[in-house]
Amino acid sequence: MALLQISEPGLSAAPHQHRLAVGIDLGTTNSLVATVRSGSAACLPDDDGRTLLPSVVHYGADQTVTVGHAAQKRQNQDPANTVVSVKRFMGRGLTDVADAATPYRFVDEPGMLKLSTAAGIKSPVEVSADILRALRTRAEQSLGGELVGAVITVPAYFDDAQRQATKDAARLAGLNVLRLLNEPTAAAIAYGLDNASEGTYVVYDLGGGTFDVSILELTRGVFEVRATSGDSQLGGDDFDHRLYCWILEAAGLSQLNDKDARLLLTKARQAKEALTEHASTQITAKLSDDSVIDVELTAEIFQQITDHLVQKTVTPVRRALRDARLTADDIKGVVLVGGATRMPHVRRAVAQLFGKPPLTNLDPDKVVALGAAMQANVLAGNKGDDDWLLLDVIPLSLGLETMGGLVEKVIPRNSTIPTARAQEFTTFKDGQTAMAIHVLQGERELVTDCRSLARFELRGIPAMVAGAARIRVTFQVDADGLLSVSAQEQSSGVQASIVVKPSYGLSDDEIGRMLSDSMAHAGDDLEARKLAEARVESESIVNATLAALEQDGDLLNADERQAVDTALAAAQAANAGSNANLIRTAAEALNQASGDFAARRMDRAVSRGLAGHKVSDF
Amino acid sequence: MALTLTDAAATHISNFLAKRGKGLGIRLFVKTAGCSGMAYKLEFVDVAVEDDLVFESHGVKLFTDAKSLPYIDGTELDFAKEGLNEGFKFNNPNVKNECGCGESFHV
Repeated sequence: MALLQISEPGLSAAPHQHRLAVGIDLGTTNSLVATVRSGSAACLPDDDGRTLLPSVVHYGADQTVTVGHAAQKRQNQDPANTVVSVKRFMGRGLTDVADAATPYRFVDEPGMLKLSTAAGIKSPVEVSADILRALRTRAEQSLGGELVGAVITVPAYFDDAQRQATKDAARLAGLNVLRLLNEPTAAAIAYGLDNASEGTYVVYDLGGGTFDVSILELTRGVFEVRATSGDSQLGGDDFDHRLYCWILEAAGLSQLNDKDARLLLTKARQAKEALTEHASTQITAKLSDDSVIDVELTAEIFQQITDHLVQKTVTPVRRALRDARLTADDIKGVVLVGGATRMPHVRRAVAQLFGKPPLTNLDPDKVVALGAAMQANVLAGNKGDDDWLLLDVIPLSLGLETMGGLVEKVIPRNSTIPTARAQEFTTFKDGQTAMAIHVLQGERELVTDCRSLARFELRGIPAMVAGAARIRVTFQVDADGLLSVSAQEQSSGVQASIVVKPSYGLSDDEIGRMLSDSMAHAGDDLEARKLAEARVESESIVNATLAALEQDGDLLNADERQAVDTALAAAQAANAGSNANLIRTAAEALNQASGDFAARRMDRAVSRGLAGHKVSDF
Repeated sequence: MALTLTDAAATHISNFLAKRGKGLGIRLFVKTAGCSGMAYKLEFVDVAVEDDLVFESHGVKLFTDAKSLPYIDGTELDFAKEGLNEGFKFNNPNVKNECGCGESFHV
């Protein structure tokens, strides 16, 4: 037998390189980049091990551009040239942001608004591109290669202008956008909800400065955003600020200088984070006038003083539910996104609101980027045939019936759509001029155990000996899951085709049962395949023998004819039974018995071919 | 119920895995090929799949799935040189016959 080499996982059919693709969560406050390595998604950290990149860009008078933590440090000294929350300006005109209090000098230009900075006039697209470029550099350095593309997440409520602006920013940063993905959908993908049963899910996203709630409906592996709502001025920062005010009250302080205020805000954030895991925490700080603050904060107090903020998230949730014409009881699961959802009383409030505990096992800061990375990995073509996966896939293998009632799989289960595969088949009998094509779906080996989707016939095949015709059957599934099957005979070009809608009529339960059956019946299927194969092989020998007897029967004397006939009858009898070994033995015996006959036929064919020719003709 | 390796195969697989720098072992499985018959497949394994069957031979983990096992149960994987070619060979006791090119087999 041929010698085999070991292939990379999932690539044994068509070896190709792993393509680097990333998911980017381009956030209002923070941005992240993630990728799928060795099958699991992870966020890529910077040199200091931090995964979050503050979405802050500083433009210096000397044309220097700093992004992230370094830019954040300059925010206080140089607020006019440090752009924060640029996402709020994406795809916006000046009139859209007129009432927002910002330190920036806006430039009035037709179309999109622009910011005047020390390094010149910058559009929000350019600022976003600087953030994306920093993430791209990070990814390329840690992955060690050029990126094939990226999936970038956007809020579900982003309109076309805002989406286009995001795409432009990516192009400016040298990124190939594989797809823009809605943030809530990305979160749902990260949680694997696309593999879950159909239903309606809520994504509750409380970030640093914004609150978004989205209601997603999952049908046949595809998410649809049913409703979104939110509060663009509510986030984790508000909790920090409320706590900062409480510290001032508790310590009996009023006005502080900038440095002390920053110190206390940091302490407030640390205290908030400490309360995620502890029932109480001590806040101690030494101010610039050497006075010391030392207060105890309990979870109970924290909950009391920030409860009104949590309640502010309830209204948008109710509004979204009402927009989708749903009640909390209709919701199958709740996904938490954003660092602020780590606060225990936020989680309790969500649990109470929906009457079920939210999903929390993934890091809420990273969940959007992780989902985007998983989607990018699929879109870049890194998924093998047999991989489980998500968004738009074929739930069960598609194939067609071959001789003996066996199913030949053409498109394997879980292939991403759109996809197209072709395979060549041939005729089974001499002079066969038509071929029935029976399209099936399922994992089992026998036609009777799979689901029949469609049948059609390819007619007008030129008469040829069995096995000489080449019929190319192409299975094509488009992005909407529509299957079309076409068959074409290669020499004459005759063709026929049919269009089927495959995933119709099969519920998730049915698909699950068909899958587990294929495992449970592996042994039976083996026996069935053995039998069917033996029959097909034996039948083809019987057919060949019958054809030969018809044509050249006179070559045999009565005794010889008797022997062949006996073997022939035995083979036909065995075929009628269901003992694979018996069928094989009988077929083999027939082969033996007719061996001499075949040799004589060959001689006759040769002498016929030679008759009437001179040697010089050859 | 087992899959095994010859000494030569185990040595080569260990070397390949070391050179590659990652991988839990290798996967042996079969796929339908042609109008009837099965073809062998060999792949590195990075992530074990639920329901995988795992065998160990000479310190190398061999993975397969419940659907493939009946076709290859008892197989000894060998590493062989044939002329200028070298590669892996399935010594599969279930095989009744093979097609001419050696790419597919019947049970």
